[in-house]
Amino acid sequence: MTLSIGFTLNGKAVSMEADPAERLLDTLRYRLGLTGTKEGCGEGECGACTVYLDGLPVNSCLVPTYQVRGARVETIEALDPVQLGPFLEQGATQCGACTPGVVMTALWISAHPELLETHTVRELMAGNLCRCTGYDGIVDAVATTIGEVGEGGRGKGEA
Amino acid sequence: MRVLLADRVPEALGLLAGDGAAIPVAGGTDLLVHWPVRIDAHDRTYVDLSRLEDLKPLRWSDRELVLGGLTTYWDVIQDERIGREFPLLVRAARQVGAIQIQARGTWAGNIVNASPAADGVPVLMAYDAVVVLESGRGREEVPLDHFYTGYKEMRRRADQLVVAIRIPRRPYSYQVFEKVGSRRAQAIAKVGLAVTRSDAGWRVVAASMAPTIRRCPMLERLLEQRVQVAHPGDLVPAITQDVSPIDDVRSTAEYRRRVMARVLYDDLRETCGWP
Repeated sequence: MTLSIGFTLNGKAVSMEADPAERLLDTLRYRLGLTGTKEGCGEGECGACTVYLDGLPVNSCLVPTYQVRGARVETIEALDPVQLGPFLEQGATQCGACTPGVVMTALWISAHPELLETHTVRELMAGNLCRCTGYDGIVDAVATTIGEVGEGGRGKGEA
Repeated sequence: MRVLLADRVPEALGLLAGDGAAIPVAGGTDLLVHWPVRIDAHDRTYVDLSRLEDLKPLRWSDRELVLGGLTTYWDVIQDERIGREFPLLVRAARQVGAIQIQARGTWAGNIVNASPAADGVPVLMAYDAVVVLESGRGREEVPLDHFYTGYKEMRRRADQLVVAIRIPRRPYSYQVFEKVGSRRAQAIAKVGLAVTRSDAGWRVVAASMAPTIRRCPMLERLLEQRVQVAHPGDLVPAITQDVSPIDDVRSTAEYRRRVMARVLYDDLRETCGWP
C-alpha cells in the first residue's frame, strides 16, 4: 500500500505517494535529493539526521514519512549559510559527518534562548554525537550565536 | 507494512478491534530503531495514533494531573507547573535521550513498550499513576504498579489503547529519581530508582533490576518501620528479596545490586537519620 501525503518542506508544498514503511530520512535523501541530512546510527542516538518537524528537532531516521502529512519539515538546506559564521570561527567541524545535525540543533537553541534558563547548551546538544569529539568548539559556537561566549563551560564534560 | 489511519479515538479503537493484532504507533521512537533491517516488523499492521488530537493535551483537576495518551516528554519538560508539583516527571523526561527523542516519545508509549529499563515508568509508578485503557468495550483503569505481569507482558489487550495516565496530586515530603548509566546523556539505565514519600507512604521503584519495572515492598516496609541502617550493605537483604537483576550487555547483577544499595543509602541517609 502507499499513502498520499502532502507537507511543507523548507517552505514549499510537496505532495507524494509514500510507502508506510518509508523513513523521513530516506524520503529526504533518496526521493527528494536533499542529501544534507545524514544517516549515522539509524537508531535515534547520534542526531546526524536531525531535521525540524513543526519547529522541533527530531531524528528523521525515526519518523515514518506518512506521519509528516500536513506538517512543516525543515532541513539543513533551508539554512542561510551566514548562520554558519560562528561554526567557522570556532572551528566547530572536524570530519563533518555530524555537522548538519549539530547545526540544526544548535540553531534551534539559538532561536530559543529562553531554554537556557533551565538547560545548559550541553544538555540541549546531548542528542548530537561527534565521533571526533569536537564538542568544545560546537558548544562555543552555540554560545557565540546567542551572544554568551564561554557560557558553554569548556571542560565541564557534561555531555 | 500496512498502516491504518485514524483521526478520532473511536475510529482508532474500531481499527484495533477489527484487526486483532494491529500495533498502535505514536512517535515511532521505539518502533523505527534500526528499521531497515527489522524485516519482520515490516510485515505487520499498525494503527497510527499521531492524528488523535484528543490525546495530546495534558490537563489538571483539583485531584489529579492527567497526561494524554500522546503527551510527549517535551510537553512535560516545558510545563512549569509539573516542574513544581511532580518534579520527578521532568527530571526523568530530561534523561530520555535528548530533544530529538523527547519531542516525539510519549509517556504512554514508554509504558506499553514495557522496557525494564524505561525512564518514564519508574517516576510514574512512584507517583501512584493509573493507566487508563479504552476499547470499544469500555474503559478500564489499572494502577501502573499492577500493570506488568512479566517481561514485556502487561494488562493491555490488543484492542485497548492507553488514552490517559492519571496521577493523583499529593504533597510529597521526599522525592528523588536516580539513573545510573554509562554516561550522563543518551544512555540506557544500568540502575534506575524513583523514591517518594507522601501521606500514602513510601514508594521505592526500581528499573533495570527485574524483568519489569517494579515497586520494592521490602524496602518500602523498611522505610515505613524506620529501621536503622548503618551501611549500604544493610539494604542488600531487602534488595535481594525485592528485585532479581541479571548480567547483560549493560551491567552485571552484582554491580546493579551494589549500586542500588549505595545510591539508596546515599539518597536516604539524611532524611532517615542514618549515620
